[in-house]
Amino acid sequence: MLPSRFEYHRAETLDEALSLLATYGEDAKVLAGGQSLIPMMKLRFAYPGHLVDVNRVPGLDGIEERDGALRIGALVRHHALETSELIRSRYPTIAAAAPQIADPLVRNLGTIGGSIAHADPAGDLASVMLALGATVVLRSSGGSRELPLREFLVDTFTTQIRPDEMLTEIVVPAAEPSSGGTYLKQERKVGDWATVGVAVALTLRDGRIARAGIGLTSVGLTNLEATEAEEALAGAEPTDEAFAEAARLAAAAAHPVSDVRGSAEYKRHVVDVYVRRGLARAREMAAA
Amino acid sequence: MATDAAPTTEGRRRNARLQCGAMTTSIFGSAVLRTEDPRFLTGAARYVDDIPAPGALRAVFVRSMMAHARLSRLDASGAARMPGVVGVYGAGDLPLRPRPPAGNVEGPFERPVLARDRVRYVGEPIALVLAETLAQAEDAAEVVEVELDPLEPVISPEGALAEGAPVLHPEAGTNLAHAFEEAWDEDVLDGAEVVARVRVRHQRLAPAPMEPNAILAVPGDGGLTVWVSTQVPFDVRDELAEWLDLPKELVRVIAPDVGGGFGSKLHVYPEYLACAAAALRLGRPVKWVETRSESMLGLNHGRAQVHDVELGATRDGRLVGLRVDILADLGAYPIAAYLPPTTRTMLPGCYVVPRVASRGRSVVTSTTPVAEYRGAGRPEATLSIERAMDVLADELGMDPVELRRRNLIPPDAFPYRTPVGSIYDTGAYERALDEALRLVGYEELRREQAERRARGERRALGVGVCCYVEVTGFSRREFGAVEVEPDGRVVVRVGTSSHGQGHETAFAQIAAWVLGVPVERVRVLHSDTAAVPRGEGTFGSRSLQVGGTAVHEAASAVLAKARAVAAHLLEAAVEDVDLLPEGRVGVRGAPERSLTWEELAAAARDPARLPGSLEPGLAAEARPSQREYTYPFGTHVSVVEVDLETGEVTILRHVSVDDCGRILNPMLVRGQVHGGTAQGLAQALYEEMLYDEWGTPLTGNLAAYAIPAATELPAYESAHTETPTDLNPLGVKGIGESATIGSTPAVHNAVVDALSHLGVRHLDLPLTPERVLRAVREAGPA
Repeated sequence: MLPSRFEYHRAETLDEALSLLATYGEDAKVLAGGQSLIPMMKLRFAYPGHLVDVNRVPGLDGIEERDGALRIGALVRHHALETSELIRSRYPTIAAAAPQIADPLVRNLGTIGGSIAHADPAGDLASVMLALGATVVLRSSGGSRELPLREFLVDTFTTQIRPDEMLTEIVVPAAEPSSGGTYLKQERKVGDWATVGVAVALTLRDGRIARAGIGLTSVGLTNLEATEAEEALAGAEPTDEAFAEAARLAAAAAHPVSDVRGSAEYKRHVVDVYVRRGLARAREMAAA
Repeated sequence: MATDAAPTTEGRRRNARLQCGAMTTSIFGSAVLRTEDPRFLTGAARYVDDIPAPGALRAVFVRSMMAHARLSRLDASGAARMPGVVGVYGAGDLPLRPRPPAGNVEGPFERPVLARDRVRYVGEPIALVLAETLAQAEDAAEVVEVELDPLEPVISPEGALAEGAPVLHPEAGTNLAHAFEEAWDEDVLDGAEVVARVRVRHQRLAPAPMEPNAILAVPGDGGLTVWVSTQVPFDVRDELAEWLDLPKELVRVIAPDVGGGFGSKLHVYPEYLACAAAALRLGRPVKWVETRSESMLGLNHGRAQVHDVELGATRDGRLVGLRVDILADLGAYPIAAYLPPTTRTMLPGCYVVPRVASRGRSVVTSTTPVAEYRGAGRPEATLSIERAMDVLADELGMDPVELRRRNLIPPDAFPYRTPVGSIYDTGAYERALDEALRLVGYEELRREQAERRARGERRALGVGVCCYVEVTGFSRREFGAVEVEPDGRVVVRVGTSSHGQGHETAFAQIAAWVLGVPVERVRVLHSDTAAVPRGEGTFGSRSLQVGGTAVHEAASAVLAKARAVAAHLLEAAVEDVDLLPEGRVGVRGAPERSLTWEELAAAARDPARLPGSLEPGLAAEARPSQREYTYPFGTHVSVVEVDLETGEVTILRHVSVDDCGRILNPMLVRGQVHGGTAQGLAQALYEEMLYDEWGTPLTGNLAAYAIPAATELPAYESAHTETPTDLNPLGVKGIGESATIGSTPAVHNAVVDALSHLGVRHLDLPLTPERVLRAVREAGPA
């Protein structure tokens, strides 16, 4: 349970971090909260030659609304999301998910940037961000680019990020009136990988669904966006029947594998139930 | 009959009272705060890994990745050249005799210390790497080359007995390691009008103590000093001496603070022998501390039995007979084959069952060895009879509580000899049942359940009852010694081996009570073969009844001697001399004619001041033997809610009424009940060691093996009745395993009860959401 040998670099500025990544490329890993990377190194599933510690890099821990978007810095800890007044009052899907991430010890250290860049399909926040239609900002010494999260996620532990890039920010379209959302998760115990997680975001306008977002956890190679279900809901009346149909489509979009947490068939069933329940809850909130 | 008292302030008050030596109050029922806790709470406890070991080599084991394979090549040459490596040993390099099977098994099911030509489970040690640092040892272990030619594994106990199954121990010629039959050919169900039949699977569990296995072996003076995380330091001493050809007196074994065992640390593991042998050979200390992933496969597993149960009764619910067919999975090496026979002794539970037939077959499989785990054989008996009782109640259309009432052994029947030969010492089973039902509000819950069902609610309510009796006090003899030191302090030496139970508090309480000194003046020494001359260790809920009795007897002997010394010095008759309220020994009614313990200790050291017949010193040893085992009992009631759409189970309440005889320290008892309940609930809903068809563990770490924590568990409502035993002077029985035994069936019954209106009669453990949902769906609409 000791990692193999590596070199540790502490970056004091973003430029320094990016220049280290440019230098070491594939052999370097960014260390933020370390809640996934360090265990993987100790189990010797991962053995980077260089760690670039970005915990002291300033300017990456903001949660703010600016220019019609919620911008969350990559170093924002789960605990900060959990306790943010802005999140609590305007972004119910994030607010519902944050306290369900692992346990308090992990939430104190784990970061949103790390969670999303790690691209473990069992991560909660990527599903939330898919449901909210978020994009990610990737920086390198050469410049920066912004990608929709659904394009960023490629495969388990695999994203569009280049070795010299770092994920610095998550950008979420600003909350609209008459919106609701939640995150439902089945886990065997607190801190376990989710058996199934469902993130739901719903905006109503004039008695119809203006926008619906559905993100799925632990039921595919990446966190999944249930786009067919979303499209079926867009413009529809928020009825139980519409929700049931969306749930059916979301369950069909899920590609879980059978494991000790449950069979693929069971997990798909839970997606169905949770999407229905999640949408009903979101409708209540949007109407309130 | 009282629910738990508030712990801290009450405990402090009682501690203060004891400090005053108030001998008018009995020590029983005093929630003395644990004297161990300051060091645990401040991080000052010392586990094996904390023992300073300058110059110690770090050991890492290379283990089998295959369940069953021929070991065709072991090449350590590359590893041996790695930086810091001092030695890499395979079976050929450490000539240690294989270990014989244990627990009733005759014949050649030997276990090599390091695998020789064959591996029989994933995790079996193959080679030992020793290096200057742990990192170096881990790096080197990665490059030890092991060639394994796969053989067909034996995954399930049924598979072990199948025609043409691979034989794991060719020299034995069979996978059947042990078998028994009792009245198997008799028709014990004759006369039954209704027979309930149920197959109960007692899933394989990992004990998973907080501290994994560990040893530090330090050679010197021709022998060894060993710190090891064990429940049985004397066994470790004896076996190390035997296997390493050392005289016992040259081997000192110390179990420092031990972070839990639950039965998994009752064995002398192969790793101990390999590390100790390497330390002797190299003349350097060797330290080995398991990783968690190693521990999940290296420490023995528990349970792993399958029972086919048939319980017959008359229409009016009188039990007629019980037949149980036990198939036990012993894992790769039969080291605890006595467990199924232990299960046999408890099969009829708390009930008058006129006739019992049983058969047991214990087989080897290519999995981690199965041995004792909290309850060790008794939870299996209890779960089977308690499930069968509920199934029978269903068949009879009778409330499960009513069926139990009609068959409980009545209080005037004790001592009660069961048809399987156990002699239950004392019991008041219905009293515990009544109290549990009162606390939980049984009738009210049944009403609520009926209402929910009538409304067709998505969340179904279930209530499960378990009446249990279990057996404690194995290894009925124990050593205890008490000595008053010149400064009046008291030293207790005892052969039990506390690893979380709180013996230092409990035994200090006993000595303090007998001698009238404050608890703080008593020091308890244990788990060091140099400090205690002999001992059996701690297991099977034995320590208070046998160890406590030994301490009590020794302390009483010291008091008797002190009275004789005092009588001599005060020129009084011994009959007039007694312990006085202030903690002095002197003439009753004349407190000015008395002596302090300091004065007595000083006098006792001076032959001139002793009566002629007495040896110098104020000390005594005892090694009493308890005539028979004791049988704690109780009732657990669980209240659960089941989401009929997802199968998710929530435990709303868990009420326990445990009777462990007289209660010495309610706080220690509460700790045992709470911890035991947690482990029992974990078996019901969460835990299971699973293997795939290749014998590869699917739950070999804590990411896959689900152990619930505080968030998942309900607030326990624990209460007690007190029915003393007459088998020891303290009137106490064991409490270490009761709650584990009582809680699993209560939850199991509750979940099935929640679904009973749908026609569900039984489910396998653990009750995962998927398993529960499948049952709901298969049962169809209500």
